[in-house]
Amino acid sequence: MFEEIRVHIASDADTVIARQKGREAALRLGFSRTDATFIATAISEVARNITVHAGEGEIILRGLSEDGRDGMVVIARDQGPGIRDVAAVMRHEYSSEAGLGIGLWGARRLMDEIDVVSQPGEGTTVTMKKWCGFDEVRLLLGD
Amino acid sequence: MPVSILKQRGYLIASIQSALTDTEVVEFRDSLLVEVAKHRSRGIIVDVAALDVIDSFVSRSLSTVARTNSLRGARTVVVGIRPDVAVAMSQFGLRLDDVDTALDLEAGLELLDR
Repeated sequence: MFEEIRVHIASDADTVIARQKGREAALRLGFSRTDATFIATAISEVARNITVHAGEGEIILRGLSEDGRDGMVVIARDQGPGIRDVAAVMRHEYSSEAGLGIGLWGARRLMDEIDVVSQPGEGTTVTMKKWCGFDEVRLLLGD
Repeated sequence: MPVSILKQRGYLIASIQSALTDTEVVEFRDSLLVEVAKHRSRGIIVDVAALDVIDSFVSRSLSTVARTNSLRGARTVVVGIRPDVAVAMSQFGLRLDDVDTALDLEAGLELLDR
């Protein structure tokens, strides 16, 4: 377990730092390399949403231990314009267009749980969890 | 920008050396398009083995490069996607449109020679 890690996000360089810290934290918590890449990719998407839509915000990383399971939580928080219809954004289907939708949609597929709380004018908080565990891909890749 | 672009035979070989910010991805995309036009390249290899994350932005940028090159009759091959990155892209549902892929540089050159 590690102390909470906070990364201030104000530029795309901060996004790179956040995803690198996320990967390191995941590996330290015992995640496979593939799971660490899932987490780093999800962090990259939510951090980009912060720089593009809110300008600045914060990524918080914490180790988790609940009901005998270990995992990691990633919180992406900003005080930007917020999302009017979270459900519509989460229903986003793949498109090559840039946008808030693709990032949250991808993050949901990469992480085990995702919760988005947002109010127009009051910012957005995305909370994502991933649990350590067995996965077939890990055996396949031998990591 | 941590990227090198070399000319080898009629091809351009672009190697990404380390993680890129979105700004650097855009610079890379634009400079690659300029180099392809300047050298009238028929084939482009982009080596992404140094990337430990390929997210929606990088995927979209690679697809844009490949689509633009394809309109000029040039083929783009992305090589060196790491196994864990490939799994994450697949889980995410990211696609590389108009992009050929090969395991490594050698396999990429073979693909272009064919």
